[in-house]
This record gives sequence, C-alpha cells and structure tokens, in this order.
Amino acid sequence: MRVETGYHNLVVLVENKPGVLARVSSLFARRGYNIHSLTVAPTDDDRFSRITIVADTASAPLEQITKQLYKLINVVKISELAPAEAIERELLMATVKAQPADRGQVTELTQIFGGKVMNVGTAEIMVSLAGTPSKLDDFEELLRQFGIVSIQRSGRVALARLDRSPTHGLRSVS
Amino acid sequence: MPEKLNGGQALIRALELSGVEVIFGLPGGCILPVYDPLIESPIRHILVRHEQGAGHMAEGFAHATGRPGVAMVTSGPAATNIVTPLCDAYMDSIPMVVITGQVGTSAIGTDAFQECDTVGITRSVTKHNELITSAADIPRVIREAFHIATTGRPGPVLVDIPKDIVDPMNPNSAMDWYWPTDDEISGGLPGYKPNTKGHPMKIREAAELITRATRPVIYAGGGILKARAAEALRELAEMCDIHVVTTLMARGAFPDDHPLCLGMPGMHGNYTAVTAMQESDLLIALGSRFDDRVTGRVNAFAPDAKIIHVDIDPAELGKVRKPDVPIVGDCRQVIEEIIKAIRANGGAEAQAERSTWKSQVSGWQEKFPLTYDKGDAGDGHVKPQQVVERLRALTPDDTILASGVGQHQMWASQYWKFNHPYTWVNSGGLGTMGFAVPAAIGAKVGRPDRMVWAVDGDGCFQMTAQELVTASAERIPVKIAILNNAYLGMVRQWQEMFYEERYSEVYLSPDLPDYVKWAEAMGCVAMRVESPEEIDPAIEKANQINDRPVVLEFRTDAREKVFPMVAPGLSNSDIAVAPSQADELRREREGRR
Repeated sequence: MRVETGYHNLVVLVENKPGVLARVSSLFARRGYNIHSLTVAPTDDDRFSRITIVADTASAPLEQITKQLYKLINVVKISELAPAEAIERELLMATVKAQPADRGQVTELTQIFGGKVMNVGTAEIMVSLAGTPSKLDDFEELLRQFGIVSIQRSGRVALARLDRSPTHGLRSVS
Repeated sequence: MPEKLNGGQALIRALELSGVEVIFGLPGGCILPVYDPLIESPIRHILVRHEQGAGHMAEGFAHATGRPGVAMVTSGPAATNIVTPLCDAYMDSIPMVVITGQVGTSAIGTDAFQECDTVGITRSVTKHNELITSAADIPRVIREAFHIATTGRPGPVLVDIPKDIVDPMNPNSAMDWYWPTDDEISGGLPGYKPNTKGHPMKIREAAELITRATRPVIYAGGGILKARAAEALRELAEMCDIHVVTTLMARGAFPDDHPLCLGMPGMHGNYTAVTAMQESDLLIALGSRFDDRVTGRVNAFAPDAKIIHVDIDPAELGKVRKPDVPIVGDCRQVIEEIIKAIRANGGAEAQAERSTWKSQVSGWQEKFPLTYDKGDAGDGHVKPQQVVERLRALTPDDTILASGVGQHQMWASQYWKFNHPYTWVNSGGLGTMGFAVPAAIGAKVGRPDRMVWAVDGDGCFQMTAQELVTASAERIPVKIAILNNAYLGMVRQWQEMFYEERYSEVYLSPDLPDYVKWAEAMGCVAMRVESPEEIDPAIEKANQINDRPVVLEFRTDAREKVFPMVAPGLSNSDIAVAPSQADELRREREGRR
C-alpha cells in the first residue's frame, strides 16, 4: 500500500462516546472521501480518543474534509499533518512460509530491518516490525519471496514534529 | 433533596423548560410512557395522521416562527417515516428537535418488535443525534439538543429514547431531577463552538471590495432569515445602493417591492437576477451556498466576479466556489460590522460610479420581466401563474405561503410578491414533494394571527393530503390551492423539452381522485375552479372561512411551462426566457456581441 503522495494525516481528537467512530467513517463515505487507513485509541484523558486518518486528498480537498469533520459535534480538534511535518509509525505483523532450512534467511532479514520474531511454527514463522510506513513497505516486499501466509498492518499513527526554532516557547514573553 | 421523577416526566419537563409550546406527533408502543405525563403538561400536542406530517409540520412551524419545531413519534416505522423531514430540515438548515421512542435498552440489537437503528439511519440527515441510555441523562441531552438545533448553522437534532428509561413501571426510569446551566451545556460539548463574529481584517477587506465594485450584486440566501438579518441586509443594500437577489430559501428576506430587489436567481430565476449575477464584478454572498440550481454550470458562473462569502458554516466557504474574501460568522453580526467598516471608508458617498451598470440592469428589467402567455380572451384555460397572481392580490400582504415541489413551487416563488421575511415556507434543498400541506399546518400553528395559504400541485397533494384531517380535527384553518394540471408537471416539462415530448409516467388524471369530495371527506370546505372568471370569487370565499381548512382545486393548463429556464448543464448565460420574449433576447445577445 504505497500512499506517499496524495495523502494527508489527520489526527482527530474526538469525544470518547459510543458511535463516534461510525460518525467519522460514515461522513467519509457519504461525502465520497477515501480513507487509506484509520486507527483509533483512547488518549491519556479517558474523555477523549484519538483517530489517526490517512486521507486521500486526491478524492477531495483536505480543507473540505477537515471542515466537514469539524461539523461533527463530537469532534474536538483536528491536526493536519502533512507527511513532512509528521513523525509517522506503523506496525506490521506477518506470517511467512519458512521450512526449518529457510528460517535463517527470514530471521536475518527481520534483524536487518530491526524487527522481531514473534512466533515459530513447524513450517511458518511470524515476524513483526514497527517503523515508518515506507520501511514497512520495503520489508513487506522482501518478505514476499518466502510466501506470505497472512499479513496485518496497523495503519499509521502520527504526531507533529517538534519545533526546533531557537525562539520557540519564548514568544509569549512581552 | 433532589426531586424524584421518572424519565418520562423528566422528558416532558425538559421540553417545557426548553420553551416548547407545541409538539407534532403520534404515539406508539415504545413512546407510550412519555404520552402519559403529557396529559398534565401545558404543551399542546397535535395528533398527526402520518409521522412524515409531524416532521414537516415542525419544519413549517420553525420556518414561520424562527423557533425550533418539535416532533415526537415512536420507534421503528415511525422513526423511518420521519427520515424525510429530517433530511429536508438538514438540507434547509431548519431548527428542529425530533424525539423517537426506542425499544428497551436490554432489547436493543435483538431485532425486537418495532426496533430499528434510528441513530444509525438518521446520522447523515441530522446535525446531531443521540441515543439516551440512562434516565439521568434526559435533561442534559434534551437541553443540548435544543442548543445544537438552534445555534450555529441551525439543523435537526434527533433524540432516541428507549422505553425502559421513561417507563415508571421500570426501575431504570428513576432519576433525580436537575436542569443543566448554560455553562454546563457548553462545557459538555467541547467540540461545538460556532463562531459568530467575523474576522475584523476580512470585514475591512469586504468593505473595501464593496466600495470599489462597479457591478456588485448581493446574493442573499436562507442564512439571512436564520440569522434574523433582514433589516441589516436592507441597510447595507440601501446605504451602498446595491441590487439584491433573493434565493429560493431567502424569498422575503428582502422585499420584492423594493426598487433594489431583482427577485430570485437560478434555474427558474428572473432574467435580470440571473444575468446581473452573471455579469457582476462582485458577488456579495450572504448566507447562501452556491447551490447548483443557482450557479448553473459552475465553471461558467459569474466569471468576472470576485466573491465575498459570509456563512456561519465554515465548510460552505470554498465548497463550490473559492471566495476572495471568506468570512465565517453570523450574517447579522457580520453585515452590521461590514456596514460600520463601509461607513468608516466614506459610506454611501465613497461608493464607485455605477450609473452605467444601473441602467444596464434596469434595461434588462424592462425588456425581460416575468411573463406568461395570458391566452386568448375566453379560451377558458386557467393559467397557473394567474392563480398565484390573484392569490397574492386578494390576500393580506403578510400572508404566509407554503408550497410543495415542482412547477407550482417555481410559479409561487416567481409570482407571489414577498414583502416580509418568514412568509415563505418551502422545501428548497431536498425538494420534498408533499411538503406543502403539513408545512402550512405547522406554520399556521406557529402564527395563528396570519393567513396561511399553500400552493400545491396535484401530484404533491396526493402525497400528504391526509394531514388535512389533522387540520380539521385541530381546527387549524389553512387554505390550500391545488394547481391541478393532471400531470407531474415539472417532469412533464423536462420530458417535453429534453426527451422529445416522450411522456413517460407523468399523467395523473384531472378527476381521479375527485379533489373536492376528498377534501370534503376530510372536513374541509372545497371548491373547484374551472374557468378564469371563477378564480377571484373562489379565493374571496376561501378568505372568509376561518373555522376549518379550505381546499380550492384549480383546473390549470397543463401546457404551461416554467420560464425563464437555464437548462441543466448549461451556463446561466444561456438562460431561456418565455417564448414571447425570445426574439427580444436574440436581439439583445446579438447586440452584446
């Protein structure tokens, strides 16, 4: 799933109430906006959840998507994170075919990428990797030669890059 | 010690404290417990004959009064029956609160009798909806519902209430009464903060653009009425001497008899309104949304115009046409600020020279007024446009007019002169056939001091006529004019113009049903009008009747089409006028080239 162009991360802080995820996803469906991936989890404050949406900005202008999302009563805050402004991570888990003789190759590849072996079966091996989505794409591609039995990617989560300007945090002093 | 109530009592009390005076509704299994405490309540309940009627009545009430309309129905089929009015209210930004019954909390999700996923079904046609699962939440959620429905961009809010939390026999319904404060309500909605005050810098930019423009047009939409901004609009237009077009949703927001009023724009708009927008160098869009029926082909719409767009809904700014000056805010507040900023810039005296433009506009008005073929004297055909003209002439100036959807709606909007805000009740965005009868009833309930007429089509009338039983039973004396051309007229017009006169499934028959007998059976006074001479006496007689509904059936000429017309897919520059003006328009266009 290569989505490096024409997408945008939206980090949406929502009230942690029943049906809120359905409101968000049905808005995307109704307005004809495409979603590449969507992850949701509670935040440190149990009144709120954070939804990270990778939205297809070729299907609709980002500004419209954001404005329509803001119209949902339970949406509290939206951070638009362009890929360059974001630190993005994703988790990949995969089971690949690995006869005992091939295991070494798979584990070696996994180690090169900094991943982990999660489980070993008689003819299969399960590995995982957390990293940037493009690193996961590369890993997935290289795993294919062994034969992927099943694969699950989490969808990306993102936070804004931190400000490194020397004056940051000093501005409000008058 | 907090007062102990059951959920049903709490619901009724919450509605009373929210200022509700009337509920349009129909009881059933799951909402039954709420109808019991209603007996003791001062709230008037109007028992409808179909839940769709309850929804449109609530809309009509809101249109005419500006206050939220309230409908209450049971679960399942009742909830699905009210989906159409919810969608209608959502499209036209009508404040409305709908209460639906739901099966008990323990039965939800089991496919119980009369269960449906009401919040799921109505999610995309409401501004907000909520399933209450605890009796203790009732006062808060009801108060929130009214707050959300009436603030920001108004809209419908649905509250779904399971039976067990309102049933006094069930321990789940026990609750300690409380009434949340304003602060508690806004604090409980961290994601809802409508911005009403326009950005000062954008307001200054708007004032400068207006002052400099040589061909400005104010494009007034329904937001003017929602924001109660009609007076501010008039002050702005008069101070700067700028023409105003009023969209279908804004008819009456600026008086039709005002010299600066150009009437309705759009697919069936006045030639001058459409053309002035098309040729303008500045469109001042106030609470309007560049609807496709207004813009025609979007990429050919008002090509030379800069755009100032004021709307309380940020999502409308740039949705269709990118504005040069976007202003998020309440129309009344923003217009008042723009007026101040223009005054600071020199006010009326500083306005650009516009005499050439003004004479151009008055030239179009002279050459292309609204017109129709009056027919040969004595040929006996009742022209639908003439019926609307005579209704207008014979009723008080502040009469409220409702309409259904189709040809009769366009004629009503064109030929009725709206000189007061909140006198036009109509389904604009969704285009809901059958809107007129229940909406007129709701409007009359809200404004019993006003005469209320509905202009309806024969197709529309057959969709919701049963609510005249409600009107008779409740003594709500609305007056209905059916323009009976025996066809689904607008569809017929399109088949004639765009489908080579191949008429497919549009003929309805003039006398099946017999509208007079039907209306009489529903407790109305009814009259049939078959020739032009009978028009005035029938209307005059109807105007005298104030103790029951009246239905006038006008047998109208089915050949009449609505003009002007911008054919679908065409630019507004290619507007077609009435056949009698076609030669004049050809000369005008050649002259322009």
